[in-house]
Amino acid sequence: MQTPTYLSAELRLPTNWLDYTILGIYFLVVLGIGFAARRSVKTSLDFFLSGRSLPAWVTGLAFIAANLGATEILGMAANSAQYGVYTTHWYWIGAIPAMVFLGLVMMPFYYGSKVRSVPEFLLMRFDRAAHLLSSVLFAFAAILIAGVNLYALAIVVEALLGWPEWVAIVVAGFFVLAYITLGGLSSAIYNEVLQFFVILAALIPITVLGLKKVGGWDGLSDSLTKSHGADFMTSWGGTGIGSDNPLGANWLTIVLGLGFVLSFGYWTTNFAEVQRALSAKNLSAAQRTPLIAAFPKIFIVFLVMIPGLVAAVLVPKIGTSGSDLQYNDAIPYLMSQLLPNGVLGIAVTGLLAAFMAGMAANVSSFNTVFTTDIWAKYVVKGREDEYYVRFGRLITAVGVLASIGTAFLARSFSNIMAYLQTLFSFFNVPMFVVFIIGMFWKRASMKSGFWGLLAGTTAAMVNYFVLYKQDIIDIPSDQGANFVSAIAGFVAGAVVMVAVSLFTAPKPTQELQGLVYGTRSPGMTEPPAPGDEAWYRKPALLGWGAVVLAAACYIPFSF
Amino acid sequence: MSEFYSEKDLQREVTELQGKSATAARLFDIRRIIGGLFVIYGVIVTIAGFTASDADIDKAAGVNINLWTGLGMLLLGLFFLAWLKLRPAAPAPPGVEPEGDDLAE
Repeated sequence: MQTPTYLSAELRLPTNWLDYTILGIYFLVVLGIGFAARRSVKTSLDFFLSGRSLPAWVTGLAFIAANLGATEILGMAANSAQYGVYTTHWYWIGAIPAMVFLGLVMMPFYYGSKVRSVPEFLLMRFDRAAHLLSSVLFAFAAILIAGVNLYALAIVVEALLGWPEWVAIVVAGFFVLAYITLGGLSSAIYNEVLQFFVILAALIPITVLGLKKVGGWDGLSDSLTKSHGADFMTSWGGTGIGSDNPLGANWLTIVLGLGFVLSFGYWTTNFAEVQRALSAKNLSAAQRTPLIAAFPKIFIVFLVMIPGLVAAVLVPKIGTSGSDLQYNDAIPYLMSQLLPNGVLGIAVTGLLAAFMAGMAANVSSFNTVFTTDIWAKYVVKGREDEYYVRFGRLITAVGVLASIGTAFLARSFSNIMAYLQTLFSFFNVPMFVVFIIGMFWKRASMKSGFWGLLAGTTAAMVNYFVLYKQDIIDIPSDQGANFVSAIAGFVAGAVVMVAVSLFTAPKPTQELQGLVYGTRSPGMTEPPAPGDEAWYRKPALLGWGAVVLAAACYIPFSF
Repeated sequence: MSEFYSEKDLQREVTELQGKSATAARLFDIRRIIGGLFVIYGVIVTIAGFTASDADIDKAAGVNINLWTGLGMLLLGLFFLAWLKLRPAAPAPPGVEPEGDDLAE
C-alpha cells in the first residue's frame, strides 16, 4: 500500500475546457453548500455535531466518504496491482466486522451517554488526565493526517493537471476552510455525501472500460493467472502458516492483525469516523450509520481492485524497474488511456473530491475536539455558547493553516501510506486498547486510562524511533516496523492498565452506568421514532446481514 | 463538583443545546443538491456523448462512455429529485420559528 510520492510525467491528462467546466461547477456547489448550511448554525452543538439531527442515510454515506479518501482509492488500487485479490481482506474482514461491532455494540454507549467526542467518553469513563491526554493526542494526529491528504492531493494534481504543488495545496486548503468555517459539521457531512456519489461516478466508468479492454472478468483472470500464478486471483490461496506469499502474511495475522487490532482501532475509536454517527438524529439512526456504510464498503472493493488488476495486465512490468509506472499510477494511468473528455472531467473531479473528503473529515473532527474538549474545559471555561461557535470557526482556520504546514512535513517521507500507518500505530492503537478495556472491564480504575494511553503511545514511539530507526532490532521495512509498533502499543497499554487498576481504586459503580458493557442508562433505550419499526431499519438485521454478505463474497474468491 | 466530571452535568448541557439547535429546522435538504448537480452533469456529459468523435469512442474500448455515464448520472439526479418530491422532509417541529435574517434558499 503505497501512495504516490511521485507520478510519472507521461500521466498528464489531455483535459480540455469541458473537463474544467465540470470541475468548476463542482467547486461552486461545494461553496454553495457552505453558505446554505450557515443559516442552520445557531448553537455550538449545531456547529460541531449538526445538532444531533441528521437522518441515518446521510450520516451513513458521510461515514463511508470520510474513509474514501484518495489515499484509500489510489493506495488500494496499487495494492491490487501488486498483490492481487488479497486486497479484498482490507474490506471484508478488515472493515465490515469492526463497523458492525461499532453499530451494534458500542453505539448505545457513545450516543446514549450524549458525549460529543471520543475523548469526552474517556472523561466520563476515566478522569481528566486521560481526557486531556487523549484530546491532545487526537488533535495532533488529526492535523498530521489532514496534512498527508493535502500533500497527496498536491502531487496527484501536479502530475495529472500540471498545477504546481503549492497552488494545489492552497486552493484545496482554501475550499475546505471556507465550507467548514461557514457551515460547520453539517457542511462537511453534506459535502461528503455529494462526494460519495461523484467518486462512484468516477470509478464505475474506469472499471467497466478497463474490464472491456482486457476481455471481461474471464480475460482478466486468465491472463493474470498465467503471468502471476493462481494465488494472485484468490483471497486465501497461499496464506497457510509457513507458506510464502507476496503479502508476507498468513491467515492468522490477517484475521488478528488486520481484522482485529488495526481495523477495530480505526473504525471504532477514530473520532473522524465516529463523529458522523454522533450527529445522527436518534439512537437508532446513530446505530444504523456504520451499518448503512457497511453495504457500499463491501462492494467498493471491486471499483478499486479491478482497475488495479487491469493495470497489471496492460502494463505487465508496472512497479518494477522495467516500467516508468508505479503501482500508485494504476488509476491515473487508466484515466489517461481510456476516458474521453467529459467523463475524464468527472473522474478528475471525483479524485479531487476524495482528497478533500479525507482532509475535511480530519479538520472537522479536530475543531470539535480542540474547542469542546481542550479549550472549553481547561482554558476558557463557562463562556456563553456563541463564544465557542466563534472560537470553533477561528480554530478551523488555524487547523487548515497548520495542515498546510504538515503537508510540507509529509513531503519528507518517501512512502506516504507507510507514514500514515506509522501515525495510526502511535495514536489509534493505544486509544483503542484503553477504550476496549474501559468499556468491557468494570474494574479498570479511573487512573488506569491515563497510564494505559501514555504507556501504549510511548511503547509504539520507542519501538519506531529507537528500536527500529537506530537498528537495535532488525525489521525489513517501514510497514513491518509499523505492525510491530502497533502490537507493542497494544500490549504495553493493556498490561499497564491492568497493573494500575489492581493497585488503584475503581470508579464507583453508580458513576459507570451507561459507560461499561452490562450497565444501562436511560439514554440507551429510546422508543423507536415513527417509521423506525420497519424491518429494514432494524440495526441487528442490517448488521448481521452485512457480516453474512461479506462472508458470502469470499466464497467465489476462495477456491 | 467531585473529582470526576459528572455525567449529569454533561447530559444536561447537551440536552439544553439540542433544544436550542437550529439544524433540524433550518438545514436545507441535501437531496435537492445531489439531484440538481447530477442532472446538470448528466446533461453535459450526455451531450458530449451525442457529439462524440470516432477517436473518443475508439479510446474508450469501443464504448460511447460519455453517453452511458451521462444517462446514468441523469437518472440518479432525477431519482433524488423524485424522492424529494414524493417524500419531503417532515415540517419543522412547532415552536421553532425560522428567523428573518435567513439567507435566501
